[in-house]
Amino acid sequence: MKHFFLSVVAITLVYVTNPAWADDQEIEQLRQQLEQLKLDYKSKIDELEKRLQATEQASQQKVSVAPAGATTSVDSATKNTFNPDISVILDGRYSYFSQDPEAYELPGFMLGGEAGPGERGFGLGHSELVMSANADDKFYGRFTLAFGVHDGETEVEIEEAFFETLGLDYGLSFRGGRFFSDIGYLNSQHGHQWDFTDAPLIYRGLFGNQLIDDGIQLSWLAPMDLYLSFGSELFRGSRFPLSAEAGNDIGAYTLFAKAGGDIGGSSSWLAGVSYLDADTVGRASSGHGHEEDDHVPPEFSGDSKTWGVDFVWKWAPNGNRRQRNLQLQYEYYHRDDDGILAEGAESGSYQGQQSGWYAQAVYQFVPRWRLGLRYDALNSSASGSDAELIEEAGLDNEGHKPQRFSLMTDWSNSEFSRFRLQYNRDESSPVIDDQWILQYILGLGAHGAHSY
Amino acid sequence: MLRYLSHTIFYLIVLLPLPSAAALRVFACEPEWAALVGELAGDKVKVDTATRPSQDPHYVQARPSLISKVRRADLLVCTGAGLEAGWLPLLLRKGNNKRILAGHPGHLMIADTVQLKEKPVELDRSEGDVHAAGNPHLQTDPRNMLPAAAAIVDRLAQLDPDNATAYRENLAMFSDRWQEAVLEWQLMAIPLQGMPVVVYHRSWVYLQYWLGLKEVASLEPKPGIPPGSRYLADVLSRTQELPGLVIIHSQYQESKAIEWFSGKTGAPVVLLPSTVGGTPEAKDLFSWYENIISRLLKASGRGDD
Repeated sequence: MKHFFLSVVAITLVYVTNPAWADDQEIEQLRQQLEQLKLDYKSKIDELEKRLQATEQASQQKVSVAPAGATTSVDSATKNTFNPDISVILDGRYSYFSQDPEAYELPGFMLGGEAGPGERGFGLGHSELVMSANADDKFYGRFTLAFGVHDGETEVEIEEAFFETLGLDYGLSFRGGRFFSDIGYLNSQHGHQWDFTDAPLIYRGLFGNQLIDDGIQLSWLAPMDLYLSFGSELFRGSRFPLSAEAGNDIGAYTLFAKAGGDIGGSSSWLAGVSYLDADTVGRASSGHGHEEDDHVPPEFSGDSKTWGVDFVWKWAPNGNRRQRNLQLQYEYYHRDDDGILAEGAESGSYQGQQSGWYAQAVYQFVPRWRLGLRYDALNSSASGSDAELIEEAGLDNEGHKPQRFSLMTDWSNSEFSRFRLQYNRDESSPVIDDQWILQYILGLGAHGAHSY
Repeated sequence: MLRYLSHTIFYLIVLLPLPSAAALRVFACEPEWAALVGELAGDKVKVDTATRPSQDPHYVQARPSLISKVRRADLLVCTGAGLEAGWLPLLLRKGNNKRILAGHPGHLMIADTVQLKEKPVELDRSEGDVHAAGNPHLQTDPRNMLPAAAAIVDRLAQLDPDNATAYRENLAMFSDRWQEAVLEWQLMAIPLQGMPVVVYHRSWVYLQYWLGLKEVASLEPKPGIPPGSRYLADVLSRTQELPGLVIIHSQYQESKAIEWFSGKTGAPVVLLPSTVGGTPEAKDLFSWYENIISRLLKASGRGDD
C-alpha cells in the first residue's frame, strides 16, 4: 500500500514537474509497470505460502510416521548396517640409525614383545586391517590383524579380537577376547594414533611396547559430572611380560581408575592410576644383542607388580582444534619383581625394581603442521644371589640410566593421511644412537573415531 | 585385592544416587538442537550441549566430560548424517548408557527426519571428507526445524509421558510462531535472490537453496581440505569479475584464505552464525535466522529499501 502511495506521488511529481515529457502514454506505461510489480509481489507471497504449507504437511506426515516405542530407524552415523566397518592402516618408514639396531640394548630391562628400534632403511611399520561392527543390539565386536615384517618375513598377528557390551545397566561395560589393556594412557591406543613413531622407553622396557592379552574386562562409569571410571581386567597372561603359566588359573589382573573433565572452554584433562599384578612364570628377553644367539637367556619367575600414573592435558583455543592445539602428556610406571632367575639347572633369587617416565608436548601451530618434543628416562636396580644370571638376563643396568630425547614434526593433509619426521637421540645404552625416521600413516576406508 | 575392589564397586553402585526420574536429561550435539529442545520443553528437561558455537562440530574430541554427560542422558539429539562421525560413535560406545544407543527412543538423529541434499553419487575420499548420507548442514534452512521439532516432541512424549500434553502444546505454539517467522524472513530476504556467494566450507547449501543464493565457489577445494595457493588463484580468476560477490563463512571458520581472497576481489566478507550463539545477536532460534539475513542484506548492500 505504501509502495502504491509512493508511486502515485512519484508519478504525480513527474507529471507536475515535467509536463512536456509526461504524456498520457507514459503515464499508462508507468501504471502498467506498477500493476506488474504488484502482481509479481503477490505471486511471490503466494508461492512462499504454498511452500510453507508443503513443509507443514511434510512435517505432519513425518509426525504420523514417527516410530512408536523402540525404533528401527537406520542410524545415520553408521549407515552401513550389514557390513562391518573395514579400514586399513598403512604405515611405512625410512629409518637411519647410527648404531646397529640388532645390537640394541636397554640395560636393566628385558626386551620382549616388539621392543626395539626397528630396522634400518626402507621398511613397513605396522600395517593393520581392522573390522568392527555392532553384532546386534547388545554387542559390538572388533577384529584387528596386524602385519609386520621381521627379518624379511611377513608376520601376521591377531592384535585385537574382542566383543564389548553395548550399554549394560548401571553404567557397566563388559569386554572379552584379546584387547589392549586399558592401563595407562597410551597403552590402549593403536600405534598409528601415537604422536611419535615409537613407544616410550618405559613401555618398551616393561610391556614389550604394549600390553595386549586375552581376557575379560569390566568397567564402570560413575553417573556424575566429573568423568570417573573404574575398571579391572583378568588376563590369561601368556604373553610378554605377564608370561604366566598356561593353565586354568588367571595369570594376571589389572585395576585402573580414570578421572577427567574440562577446564573452561579451551582445556580438558584426563588422569589415571593403574595397577598390574602377574604371577610370572618364565619371562625372558627375546631381545637382540645378547651375545650368543643359540643361548637361551635366563627366565624370571615370581611375583610381578606394576603401578603407574598418567596425565594428559589438552588445549585448543575455544575448543577448536583445527587451527591450533597443544597436548601435554606424562606417564610414570614402577615395577617390583620378586622371585627367581633360572637358566637351565642354574637358578638364583632375584629382586628387581624398574621404573621410568616420559613427558611429551605436541603443538599444532598451523593447520596440518605439528611439532613434538619428548623426553624418556628409566631407572632400575636389581639384587639377587647370582649376579652373573642377572647380568645375562639383561637386568643389570651396568651403572647406566637410559634416556632419550625425541623431536618430531608431522604434516597431515587430512585426518586420513600423515607424514612424519622424527629424530631420536637414543641413550638407551651408553652408546649414543642418532635415529632419523621418516614415516607415513594412511587410513583407508571406514575410519573409527579416535579416542581422547 | 580383587574381592576388595568388587566390594567397593558394588557399594558405589548401590549407594550412589541413581539419576532422578524427575527431569529428563537431553544431550544435544549442537547448540541449535539444544535451543530447539529448550523451545519445546522449557524447564522440564536439563540440556547439555556437546559443542559450543565457537566449535566446528566436525572436529570435536570425545572428551571425558562429554562421555560423562552421555552416561546420564535420556535423550540424544544430534544432526547425524556423519557430521559427528569423528566423535559421537566413541561417546556412545564409552558412555555405557543403552538408553541413547541407536534403536532406542532416546536416540534421535535429525537428519533422519528431513530430506538431505547432495547425497554423493560416488563415495571416494579423494573428494575430501564427504558425508555418505548427504550434506549434513541442514540447520541453515529454518523449514527443517519443523520436522525436527515434531520428532523431538515425539521422543520427549515417549520418554516422559507425564508431560506429553505440555510438549505437544508447546509444539503447536512453536510451529505457529515458526511459520510466521519463516514467512517474514523470506520476505526480508527477497532482495538476496540470485546473489553470488563464495563460501569457505560447503556448510550453507540449505541456506542457499532456501534464499536462492548462488554459490559460485568454495574456498576449501574439497570438504575438510584447507585451501592451497594454486587452488585459490584458480577460484580468484573465476570469480574476480562477478559483481555483487559476497564471501560467507561461519564463526569457527577462521582462515587467512578468506582475508586474502577478500583483499584480492574486494568482495565483502560476512560472518554468518552457523548456530544459535554463533554471533552475539543470534541469541535464540528466532534471532539467529534473522541475524543471518540481516547480515547478508547489510553485506550485499541490497537491503536498503
